[in-house]
Amino acid sequence: MVVKAPLVAKKAQAGQFIILRIDEQGERIPLTIADYNGKKGTVTIIFMEVGKTTKQLGTLNVGDKILNFVGPLGVPSEIEKYGTVVCIGGGVGIAPLYPVIRALKQAGNNVISILGARNEKLLMLEKEIEEYSDEFHICTDDGSKGTKGFVSNVLQNLIDDGKKIDVVWAIGPVIMMKVVADLTRKYDIKTIVSLNPIMVDGTGMCGGCRVSVGNETKFACVDGPEFDGHLVDFDNLMLRNRRFICEEDEACKCAGVEI
Amino acid sequence: MAVKKEKYPMPEQDPKKRIKNFDEVPYGYDEQTAIEEAKRCLQCKNKPCINGCPVEIDIPDFIKHIAEGDFDKAIDVLKSKTSLPAVCGRVCPYENQCEGECTLLKIGDPVGIGRLERFLADYERKKGVKIPKIAKSTGKKVAVVGAGPAGLTCAGDLAKMGHKVTIYEALHEPGGVLMYGIPEFRLPKEIVKAEVDYISKLGVDINYDVVVGKTISVDDLIKDVDAIFIGTGAGLPRWLRIPGENLDGVYSANEFLTRVNMMKAYLFPDYDTPVKIGKVVATFGAGNVAMDCARTALRLGAEKSYIIYRRSDKEMPARAEEIHHANEEGVIFKLLTNPTRFIGDDKGILKEVECIKMELGEPDDSGRRRPVPVKGSEFKIKIDTALVAIGQSPNPLIPQSVKDLKIGKWGNIETDEDGRTNIPYIFAGGDIATGAATVILAMGAGKKAARAIDEYLKLKK
Ligand SMILES: Cc1cc2nc3c(=O)[nH]c(=O)nc-3n(C[C@H](O)[C@H](O)[C@H](O)COP(=O)(O)OP(=O)(O)OC[C@H]3O[C@@H](n4cnc5c(N)ncnc54)[C@H](O)[C@@H]3O)c2cc1C
Ligand SMILES: Cc1cc2nc3c(=O)[nH]c(=O)nc-3n(C[C@H](O)[C@H](O)[C@H](O)COP(=O)(O)OP(=O)(O)OC[C@H]3O[C@@H](n4cnc5c(N)ncnc54)[C@H](O)[C@@H]3O)c2cc1C
Ligand code: SF4
Ligand code: SF4
Ligand code: FES
Repeated sequence: MVVKAPLVAKKAQAGQFIILRIDEQGERIPLTIADYNGKKGTVTIIFMEVGKTTKQLGTLNVGDKILNFVGPLGVPSEIEKYGTVVCIGGGVGIAPLYPVIRALKQAGNNVISILGARNEKLLMLEKEIEEYSDEFHICTDDGSKGTKGFVSNVLQNLIDDGKKIDVVWAIGPVIMMKVVADLTRKYDIKTIVSLNPIMVDGTGMCGGCRVSVGNETKFACVDGPEFDGHLVDFDNLMLRNRRFICEEDEACKCAGVEI
Repeated sequence: MAVKKEKYPMPEQDPKKRIKNFDEVPYGYDEQTAIEEAKRCLQCKNKPCINGCPVEIDIPDFIKHIAEGDFDKAIDVLKSKTSLPAVCGRVCPYENQCEGECTLLKIGDPVGIGRLERFLADYERKKGVKIPKIAKSTGKKVAVVGAGPAGLTCAGDLAKMGHKVTIYEALHEPGGVLMYGIPEFRLPKEIVKAEVDYISKLGVDINYDVVVGKTISVDDLIKDVDAIFIGTGAGLPRWLRIPGENLDGVYSANEFLTRVNMMKAYLFPDYDTPVKIGKVVATFGAGNVAMDCARTALRLGAEKSYIIYRRSDKEMPARAEEIHHANEEGVIFKLLTNPTRFIGDDKGILKEVECIKMELGEPDDSGRRRPVPVKGSEFKIKIDTALVAIGQSPNPLIPQSVKDLKIGKWGNIETDEDGRTNIPYIFAGGDIATGAATVILAMGAGKKAARAIDEYLKLKK
């Protein structure tokens, strides 16, 4: 979805996100900036319809308005010339990974991309990402496209092939990021992950987005969302993300939305 | 005629009923009661009460007009010093301020200065607020960052002086803590909206959803304006720093209150933002924020709501009225008690808090007796939700994003008495400069800064 938001577009950088609220009764939800165009004043967001707000977002038509749209929030990705970078995107994490891949490539890195999803339908941006990648892999859990298996299997193969990898960038479901971080820890490869805790304000005021990184409490909205994957307490993140599961169901039922 | 020793009572909602709704607790004085209460004032020549008011309202003067039934004149006196009387009349800790200095304390209750202030503001709002004369446009522009009491007051005063003011606010609503922190039953949001409306009518523009330091930098702002006022408050929650604080069920007071107040979680599922508290809620701390949490929890259906505080009742920093109301509503106070760890189940969901009993030792830096743990007195309380309300630090976003801005020990922006920072065109005030304080102090800081900015703009031809 392309949103006209000139102020946000002007400042946006890879790795940052926005928070939106569709209407007066709406919840504030964070979404990564998947693409931006400062000249046109537009920001692209890509979202998976998982609950009330994202479903509702999916029903908007060209020309509709979103009541509140604030950003860019969070610390931009640290884009440098690292050498060889493996970028791993899982499911809806592929979208936020795209601007990172582009920026890494433009910074002169050798970019190896691995995209994974449960099935073919959940993949996205393949062409765009391939264009900025020196090496490109696809895998699906059910084998409907690319190799059958998980992104971590593909990464393991690369490592086994003796590829020298300087940095790994992993964005996707928490469990995927955890598996990737556990794997790269063994080989001591620096790994950056982008965390997606539940947020409210996005300005460091509520602490709802706190995550435990290297035994320190950090606020993902202002200190992140990207962190060193080897220091993140993923189990705590998974648990905190389940905080409102029952209520989210109820919100959908009341609104007549099916998930 | 002898003066009546007691304040005229404030009609209030019955505690049993009110813990089931979010409506305002006190109803306010009617005209007759206000006049009677005003007549209790002795019109002291030395006006000790004024010394207690951070913005030096001429208290005996406005009270005299009330006693004479001339409410409009009384409002003019009030408005010459405060721009948010409906708010201050409700949330000022007046027992430590104006009323704390009142001569009548020698024989009984002080004059109900706060209640009278509230009465006047409500009277005026019902009647329709008069828009004051605005000075001729000076052609100067000022940006105000943050729409809390400090920013709103500064903006309003600058607008009256003829400057063009634009406010930039990070959230989707104005008011700062007045909107996201202080609950509806203590400060109805309609009132905050009316006060903001008044500021808008003075010609101030408010831009929402702009996080200064992210969406726009201070350096960008100054390209278009002549001066900047920063009133971004003390929004950074402090933690207990004990094990288990990241369990599911532990909230900062800010998150809890923001969900309930600003996002209207108490109207879930009509509003989309959820909050869940279970049956037993424990709030840590005993300031206004803590009382707001504990009382909100009751209204959301908690069967038990504890206040857990490491000092004794004498040290509780909350306003007397809040403690009184919390008591009436059935909040359970566990004083001289300090949490040591949160305990969860195997799914990481909060189940219990372990506490230790405290006793008061020697006075510490703050002059209050330091609480020390009693060895071996640990005990556990079963709880479903923990609300951490032990204070806030200045919001670090701006201090970190402006190069060379002088920052104090606690991450606050350093200013002089009048809000000047070390950078000539940047001014600051309210909680961002002082650390978490009060609405009236933030307002006073906004006023002083407005005068300093005006001076600066005049010199800066
Ligand atoms: C920094 C960041 C970037 C994100 N980027 C994207 C993105 O690019 N595309 C995308 O599809 N999703 C992204 N997400 C996740 C997205 O915010 C949630 O999917 C969305 O909030 C779900 O809202 P809902 O009402 O549709 O679903 P709900 O039914 O409310 O919840 C479904 C799931 O979303 C999580 N969630 C609910 N509310 C919030 C909230 N306020 N903040 C964070 N998570 C919440 C819940 O834990 C739950 O797992 C991002 C999250 C973060 C923190
Ligand atoms: C729950 C609670 C109860 C309280 N009860 C009382 C009471 O009874 N009596 C009393 O006198 N005081 C009380 N206080 C304290 C009082 O509310 C504060 O001292 C006062 O609001 C401070 O005003 P401020 O304008 O400095 O900041 P705030 O009210 O905090 O407003 C700051 C504003 O700036 C915005 N902002 C922050 N960063 C940025 C940015 N980078 N860009 C743009 N905007 C930004 C914020 O979103 C916010 O709207 C209470 C506080 C709380 C939290
Ligand atoms: S503003 Fe506060 S301190 Fe001043 S007179 Fe009013 S209630 Fe008292
Ligand atoms: S000190 Fe009390 S009695 Fe005296 S003027 Fe002030 S309000 Fe009136
Ligand atoms: S979302 Fe509130 S502090 Fe990060």
